[in-house]
Amino acid sequence: MTDAPLLSIKGASKRFGAVTALEDVSLEVGGGEFFALLGPSGCGKTTLMRLVAGFETLDSGRVEIAGADMSGAPPHRRPVNLMFQSYALFPHLSVFENIAFGLRRQGAGKTEIAARVAELLQIVRLEGVETRRPDQLSGGQRQRVALARALAPRPRLLLLDEPLGALDRQLREETQFQIKEIQRRLKTSFVVVTHDQDEALVMADRIAVMRAGRIEQIGAPAEVYERPATRFVASFIGQMNFLEGHMESGAFVGPFGRLPAGDDGLEDGAKAVLAIRPERLAIAPASEAAEGLRGVIEDVAFRGETTHFRLRLSGGETLRVSRGADGGRSFSIGDAARVSFPPSAARLFASE
Amino acid sequence: MPESGKRRKLTRGEMLVIAAPYAWIALFFLAPFALIVKISLSQPAQTRPPYEPVLDLANGVAGLFEKLSQFGLGAYRGLAEDNLYLDSYLSSLTIAGVATLICLIVAYPFALAIARAPRRLRPILIGFAVAPFWTSFLIRVYAWIALLKDEGLINHALMALGLIDAPLPMFATSGAVVVGIVYSYLPFMLLPLYAAIEGQDASLREAAADLGATPLQVFLHVTLPLSRRGIVAGALLVFIPAVGEFVIPDLLGGSDTLMIGRTLWNDFFANRDWPAASAAAVALLALLLFPILLYERAQLREDAR
Repeated sequence: MTDAPLLSIKGASKRFGAVTALEDVSLEVGGGEFFALLGPSGCGKTTLMRLVAGFETLDSGRVEIAGADMSGAPPHRRPVNLMFQSYALFPHLSVFENIAFGLRRQGAGKTEIAARVAELLQIVRLEGVETRRPDQLSGGQRQRVALARALAPRPRLLLLDEPLGALDRQLREETQFQIKEIQRRLKTSFVVVTHDQDEALVMADRIAVMRAGRIEQIGAPAEVYERPATRFVASFIGQMNFLEGHMESGAFVGPFGRLPAGDDGLEDGAKAVLAIRPERLAIAPASEAAEGLRGVIEDVAFRGETTHFRLRLSGGETLRVSRGADGGRSFSIGDAARVSFPPSAARLFASE
Repeated sequence: MPESGKRRKLTRGEMLVIAAPYAWIALFFLAPFALIVKISLSQPAQTRPPYEPVLDLANGVAGLFEKLSQFGLGAYRGLAEDNLYLDSYLSSLTIAGVATLICLIVAYPFALAIARAPRRLRPILIGFAVAPFWTSFLIRVYAWIALLKDEGLINHALMALGLIDAPLPMFATSGAVVVGIVYSYLPFMLLPLYAAIEGQDASLREAAADLGATPLQVFLHVTLPLSRRGIVAGALLVFIPAVGEFVIPDLLGGSDTLMIGRTLWNDFFANRDWPAASAAAVALLALLLFPILLYERAQLREDAR
């Protein structure tokens, strides 16, 4: 990251009639950073992206790109390009002309355009289709043309709206790595909008998790995964077990018993939720373990790399436990087992 | 029997559905047209009907064959030799062409504005644009006389404002005919244009703007080329009937305004030269068939893509 952030959004709010799309959103994206806006549909991530591109205007707040205030700047005067979710390729133009569109608007010369288009087709690994029309391409090819077209005018910042949304599963994984590789090579800042947590975790340097027009947490993928700031983030990203209970003299107490709790700033008597990842739970046969929550195995799912167990605690709650292929005893349905975890692996949230 | 591709036999019901419109066309278009072709091959005569031969079986089959030998291309030869027809054709094409172009220039901003209006307003705006055409075509063209003539509304207003001293000679000119055609055929241009613009994906315009296109460049490089089908359809819908237009040149045109529809009318009713008029009608159809076929071919090519 450089000193001055490439993109800076300060206190952005936007309403559509009675619907609040964005509520006091602030974030910064550095030069060369791969940033993800992650959230369920309707959380405001697309609105935020369209604000940056210039297709929407703010009710209040500011958008700055490379230190310059963008309020009042129309889309065609912003050093930003957008890769549309629908790709929005020009159906009446060839692949070459689609990619050259932005270059022609910049007044580039003939040889320069030809060289740049060839370079981009090589970057996205799509050579030999220059003369085809968009409707003569496969979905994966169209996606690459859209990426090449948005990159052609050398934007300071590239916005990608659900760039993998229209691809099938296998192509999606492959393309994730390709996009990340292209971003690293070009050192252009990328802001990707997605509802797919895997996409965000795999590709982004930092993730902003959004919900109902607000940012819940901004952090590196590992940070967001390991230390979710809110219960929503904890439940939205990855698998998570939640146990309801309350605080009692520094411990978390529920129908299952007492658990030691870290310092989470919750007062005595406060209702709380404990969140623990399935893979952070250690499971052992009840006969061999003295410590931990006791329960009965209700379901076993073998998934190759991992095995998943569903454990019903004596208090009635269920816990999902996952264990790597390497180890330990196997369990079958009906076995009694105990699960335990280090206090640092769990997070406590105030009940909502 | 192995089925090849998507082709399959039509059921009896499907055949009936397809046959019905063709039967309609055969009965109400092809049959009268065959009569016209037949008359165009006859000779004018001082009889009733005013051409020969009239086919009947009064003299038996032999007499019928004798009469068939009387058919000839005389009327078409006359068409080629008479400058009046050639001039009428050329003048019709020019007037229709100019009117079509003006229609396009007038209708495009209209269509664009309606297509860009809030979604729920669009049908209302289209309704307003088309509303005058619910009244009689004849009355509306007639109203233009009151507007255009020397003592008409426009001249009156211009003189009252002191902009002109003497009335502008607008009525009974080719210009008046162009105005009448533009006015009368505007919806035929407006509706296909509107459909072509309204159906465009808005994200294409956003993509163009995002890539640095100014609003004018967005129009020139995206909106306009993507409305090409609407332009072609609208131009044909205006141009083809305008070439053969009779009422408008008759009401608004001068004695020197030559249009093929009028020339036809004169030959039919004033000169009672039915074969010549029929030959002119057949030639007109052949002339107009060409752009229609071109259009159909373009459509097919577009659909195949």
